[in-house]
Amino acid sequence: MELNAKHRFNRRALKLAHFVALFIAMSIICLPGLWVVLNSFRPTVEIMAKPPVWIPNELNLDHYRAMFGAAGEGGIPVIRYFTNSLIISVTSTVIAILVGMAGGYAFARYRFRGKAAIFVGMMLTRAVPGIALSLPLFIVFARLGIIDTHFGLILAYVAMNVPFTIWLIDGFFRQVPRELAEAAEIDGCTRWQAFWKVEFPVAKAGVASAGIFAFLTSWNEYALASQLTRSVNSKTMPVGLLDFTSEFTLNWGGMSALAVVMIIPALILTFLVQKHLIAGLTFGGVKG
Amino acid sequence: MRRLKLPPWLSLLLPALIILAAVVLVPLVLSFYSSFTAYRLTRPESIFTWIGLRNYVRLFGDAGFWWAFGRTVFLLTVALNVEMLLGLGLALLVNKVTWGQRGLRTIMMFPMMFSPILVGFQFKFIFNDNIGLMNNALQSLGLTEAAIPWLVDGKLAMFAIIFAEVWMSTSVFAILILAGLFAVPRDPLEAAKVDGCTSWQTFRHITLPFIMPFINIALAIRSLDVARAYDIVKIMTNGGPAHRTELIWTMLARTGYVDAKMGLANAMGYISIVLAIFFTIFFFRKLSASRQVVGMGD
Repeated sequence: MELNAKHRFNRRALKLAHFVALFIAMSIICLPGLWVVLNSFRPTVEIMAKPPVWIPNELNLDHYRAMFGAAGEGGIPVIRYFTNSLIISVTSTVIAILVGMAGGYAFARYRFRGKAAIFVGMMLTRAVPGIALSLPLFIVFARLGIIDTHFGLILAYVAMNVPFTIWLIDGFFRQVPRELAEAAEIDGCTRWQAFWKVEFPVAKAGVASAGIFAFLTSWNEYALASQLTRSVNSKTMPVGLLDFTSEFTLNWGGMSALAVVMIIPALILTFLVQKHLIAGLTFGGVKG
Repeated sequence: MRRLKLPPWLSLLLPALIILAAVVLVPLVLSFYSSFTAYRLTRPESIFTWIGLRNYVRLFGDAGFWWAFGRTVFLLTVALNVEMLLGLGLALLVNKVTWGQRGLRTIMMFPMMFSPILVGFQFKFIFNDNIGLMNNALQSLGLTEAAIPWLVDGKLAMFAIIFAEVWMSTSVFAILILAGLFAVPRDPLEAAKVDGCTSWQTFRHITLPFIMPFINIALAIRSLDVARAYDIVKIMTNGGPAHRTELIWTMLARTGYVDAKMGLANAMGYISIVLAIFFTIFFFRKLSASRQVVGMGD
């Protein structure tokens, strides 16, 4: 009896410890983000208050209003930054996916000499630190006159995303049995038709997850964008975030507001396809 | 007219190869060349001033550069190891949950959507010595009297940066390891239980070998963008205080764009590229080795 009770107590203690650990871990994950969201609705006086105000007395949209407002009153061209970000990220993602699909298919379906070397070579181009690449890209782009254009940044992001999309999509096409496409070809499909009608639908999840990663990478990139953009013509939101800093002060509230605007599209997109995201990473990587 | 006939794999790979050559390879050749010149942005003709290895000699003799290099390696080693361990822990915690696991998984993915530069601002805010969440909380709880100068003290600043980096990237590990835990077959686990293994033995000899490839993928994926830490450091401390958190990336950005010494910065860039490539190859080899173990290799 004694032993039994002790056992039961141990089990309960373990369960409690598990719950507490999980709760702490999840709080650490959530709090920094929520803190930023909360502060975007609080007046600056309250953000700066000493001693701190824990329970907000007043929540308002002042920071958002100021951000979208006139330049003199703390406004920044948010809408331009947002459209720039959107155009650049979407275009570069679409191109990276198309190029990545062709490349991934080549790696998954054909045997050729130097395959492993080409694959590793491509991966290594992705490993080049953005800031190190930005130096020569800046020189070349300046010479070509495509600094501060959408085109320049799109080009850079496509190159950045292609290796990773190829990796993921390659892994997915390998999951599709070769026989499927062969059967379709015997039934009178051309190779092209067999690809679109049989292989592509099966590997769609992989393409989706590669797309999400490409989009998030371009949407969030800073090191290259900070050097290759100059003005509202092409500045993206991560670069725009720095508009809230001046030599000695930081507009925390305004910055939080822009951060919220930046995070919402990424959040929505990720939740829509989160299932594919996990599948994409694991299949693409482990079995590829 | 006879059309040139390429093998199909080459024509499929061609777009990728052309783009990578144009945007990565050619600029890298240019930067390799200019790392042997005294190129300054302000004097374009100086790109033809060949100075041989002098940029590299100067870097190798510069203690500040070696400190930055060592600090970068230190940051990456600590951050990657801590991320892996915490990710493993988090995955095990979530794996044990029986109710609401999907919701937890969604929350876990939260930091992945944050831009590194946003993470930098967020933690600069949180670790601010005057109005930051960290000090406010510590002082309200009565744990410290004075404000802790998180980003002003060299050691604490490094800690804050690693904290931010770990916050941002642990979820990649946690999600992949969790996927690995789902894939562990039930039979050996039950057999181990019947044979009287302790839970530690089961974990060590059955679960861990099975999730190893997933850990290695996470490491390989992370090794592709280790340099994202630049964004965080740039915002949080920009290499300060007094160069105590200077990394190779912040140093090269300053040399190139602020001091306009492109030749010297490109020499630094090349050293940072070699470092990144070393990390990538190291983890990709581990990845293919662990694939062999589970029999998923080619």
